[in-house]
Amino acid sequence: MNLKLKVWRQKNAQSEGKLVDYEARNIPPAASFLEMLDILNDELQAKGEEPIAFDHDCREGICGTCSLTINGIAHGPSATTTCQLYMRTFKDGETIYIEPFRARSFPVMRDLVTDRAALDRIKQAGGYITARVGSAQDANSTLIPKTAADLSMEAAACIGCGACVAACPNASAMLFVGASVTHLAALPQGQPERRERALRMVRKMDEEGFGNCSNHYECEAVCPAEIPITVISNLNREYAAASAREAAI
Amino acid sequence: MNFITSFYNSSIGKKWIVALTGLVLIGYVIGHMAGNLQIFAGPEKINAYAAFLHSLPGPLWVIRIFLIVCLVLHIVMTIKLAVENRSAKAQKNEYQATTSFKPAKATMVLSGLVVLAFLVLHLAHFTIRSIDPRFHELPRGEFDVHSMVILGFQNVWYSGFYIIAVFLLCLHLSHGFQSLLQTLGINSKKVRLPITYGGQALSWLIFAGYVAVPIAVLTHHLTLVP
Repeated sequence: MNLKLKVWRQKNAQSEGKLVDYEARNIPPAASFLEMLDILNDELQAKGEEPIAFDHDCREGICGTCSLTINGIAHGPSATTTCQLYMRTFKDGETIYIEPFRARSFPVMRDLVTDRAALDRIKQAGGYITARVGSAQDANSTLIPKTAADLSMEAAACIGCGACVAACPNASAMLFVGASVTHLAALPQGQPERRERALRMVRKMDEEGFGNCSNHYECEAVCPAEIPITVISNLNREYAAASAREAAI
Repeated sequence: MNFITSFYNSSIGKKWIVALTGLVLIGYVIGHMAGNLQIFAGPEKINAYAAFLHSLPGPLWVIRIFLIVCLVLHIVMTIKLAVENRSAKAQKNEYQATTSFKPAKATMVLSGLVVLAFLVLHLAHFTIRSIDPRFHELPRGEFDVHSMVILGFQNVWYSGFYIIAVFLLCLHLSHGFQSLLQTLGINSKKVRLPITYGGQALSWLIFAGYVAVPIAVLTHHLTLVP
């Protein structure tokens, strides 16, 4: 396959970036999107040009490191991570725009690499259980209804890639925060810190400069873990309940 | 007080205010529609309803002030959120795309602003009565809403703007109803489809209820009763 690429090139966080035209030649349809960029980078390096910087790690869709906004859609046209997106999805000769995940809270470090540590800082503000919750036997002796387990595990599937933020017209992180809050609020082990967690994570989210959900649901459409927007509704409820409780006590 | 300011300053707190005031305003829109539809029951019925509302000046003004406060809060909070949202998405994509086209979602601000402009005209027209001098000399006295509405809607331009404004209002509600429940935490896998489609159905029922009056006037099904 031969493709025309328009790739965002930016020297560092301070400099201005722009789209630069490239041609990707002889790309196997079975190559992943990142492998296509590897092939192009080999060519660029052979010519003595600077290769295109992009984030990647596991390349099997579970780590949440890869990003890229492809033709305006975070992780491209299918609801997977970019590393699991295959070139057969595109047509031969097609023009593809490749841009970084855009949000004020995700500064571009170089080319397509963004700093998504703001999500880690929200997680550190309360997206965990402080005390040890026991060993395997304790898990077996803690009774959890199937509905609660399903709700929790669905939300826990979040890989923290930040596609929700990139897809959102408001760069809101509410799907990410909602997933974390829902995941722990549904389980007995998450109860002692339930209220505090919602307050601290939402406050950190606001402090980091993310936007507010205006119910466009683009986040849900691009999420590679298929987290539903009902976690945002859950977050809205948890936060209001926690605020009311904070006021009362 | 600390609780109120911290909730108000948070992103979710502002969204709650928009949702709660939106709920009040939807309630008003439905109540107003029910009042309007009495016009089909003849002049006595709707004129008696108008006279009844005005016979309660205390409660009437309490309700009016409450509605104005809700409307102002709804708009001010939305503006604050929109400013924050614009700043959060500092740089837009060069290639603009969305996964699907959603006219109601994409036009929430526009539809809201047109409805606001309409609201000012509508109040000046029928409540303050500063546009049409005929409204000061109605055949059955001050509370002759029946004649006033028919005279008002006989103007094709006014009826046209009214229908467009109500259409935009209902487009706003078709996304707004589902959104406000989502913001108030009332959404789950089970209720998601019912509230989405239920909200849309409700919005278009409201549209039908409102436009029935100007359509009936323009098609001469509702005429002045001598």
